[in-house]
Amino acid sequence: MFFWIVQRDLLLAVRRRSDVLTTLFFFVIVVSLFPLSVGPEMNMLRTMAPGVVWVAALLASMLSLGRLFSNDYLDGTLEQMLLSPQSLSFLVLGKALAHWLVTGVPLVLMAPVLGIQYDLPADALFVLTISLLLGTPVLSLIGAIGAALTLGLRGGGVLVSLLVLPLYIPVLIFGAGAVEANMAGLGYDAHLSLLGAFLLVSLVFSPWATAASLRVSME
Amino acid sequence: MAINWYKYSSPASFYSLAGKMIPFFAIIAFGLLVAGLYIGFFVAPTDFQQGEAYRIIFIHVPAAWMSMFLYVVMAIWAGIGLAFNTRLSSMMATAIAPTGALFTFLALWTGSLWGKPMWGTWWVWDARLTSELILLFLYIGFMSLQAAIDDPRRADKAGAIIALVGVINIPIIYFSVQWWNTLHQGASVSVTQAPTMAETMLTGMMIMVFASWMYSIAVILKRVRVIILERESHTAWVADLRRKGAL
Repeated sequence: MFFWIVQRDLLLAVRRRSDVLTTLFFFVIVVSLFPLSVGPEMNMLRTMAPGVVWVAALLASMLSLGRLFSNDYLDGTLEQMLLSPQSLSFLVLGKALAHWLVTGVPLVLMAPVLGIQYDLPADALFVLTISLLLGTPVLSLIGAIGAALTLGLRGGGVLVSLLVLPLYIPVLIFGAGAVEANMAGLGYDAHLSLLGAFLLVSLVFSPWATAASLRVSME
Repeated sequence: MAINWYKYSSPASFYSLAGKMIPFFAIIAFGLLVAGLYIGFFVAPTDFQQGEAYRIIFIHVPAAWMSMFLYVVMAIWAGIGLAFNTRLSSMMATAIAPTGALFTFLALWTGSLWGKPMWGTWWVWDARLTSELILLFLYIGFMSLQAAIDDPRRADKAGAIIALVGVINIPIIYFSVQWWNTLHQGASVSVTQAPTMAETMLTGMMIMVFASWMYSIAVILKRVRVIILERESHTAWVADLRRKGAL
């Protein structure tokens, strides 16, 4: 059932490729706007790069949250999922995984290219990619709670940002922090360990909270 | 004497109980406020380092404490409401949020007023200031979520979930911000100075803390009464009140 959900969501994403590409290009455009607004001075760009890439990843991941449940909600699939004998948390986990595969993974793959634009050294690019790899699933998992709570509400898109962005802050701090620590010649293991810890904690709690939120929103 | 909790978990009986409690807490709050401000402005000595400007702590510290305390209380009420499906608990959580947000805003505002003469800047990205700012965001998220949902029962439950998620996250956010701050070696000033205070300063501050506490209770009870009336406006007991001219 779990893999069925993942497979189905991926299939839907493949059929509607533009959704995936929109998120990805949003990410690219936001990152490219910064040099245009603060000037092309390489030293400054290098120090800004981790933060800029991470904030853009946060925003891109958040923008795509609206699609996480809303289509299933509109066509009634979500109701069937709530009625199914399978644990709802498990199904939600599948949907979050699919969301990450569709929106998170392209960001992770694109990040090194954008890092080159900011003149990041090779090992910093590596750390940036690893930190995004660990951090973006957390964004999908936490975001699922916000998406479930705002399901079917007017102005849900803006509301979800108010709910979710404050909760994203720890991920942002340690994600961007890992790259900065690496560039400052410090160890980045601690940052990555903490990102991994966030991932595990959110893997355990978030599907459960999301399932509870879905039940509240659907009753 | 055993209190009949079940009786007062009904909005109708709590409405009249709250009505009786409000003057009591309001008078205490007013008395403490006058006493605290008097001590703060006339009795407490001038600080030898910070001069007169330090006197803002009589507002700032109580506001900062209340802002955090109220979030936890709000999450507890919301959690009780979610777990036991008691309407009144959820109404309490809804009633607490604006007061909590107000204190958070006050803490940030007075903090920046204090920061200007002390550090020469309105704002530093210190761990405490940043966490307080994020706390304000959490309050605003809670209130806007509840405001966006028309069905009050769904609003209660959705608010409860986001409040509980927030309360789990507060320590994580706090420590992240603190670590982030130490990594960046701070903006050259630190808010964490040793709390060596004159006795009268501490007394004045504690009185102000209790004053804010009592004020919060009075205002929250008042607000919960309004919420009860709003939600129960279709019921017979509210119609009775209206007929008696009590509204």
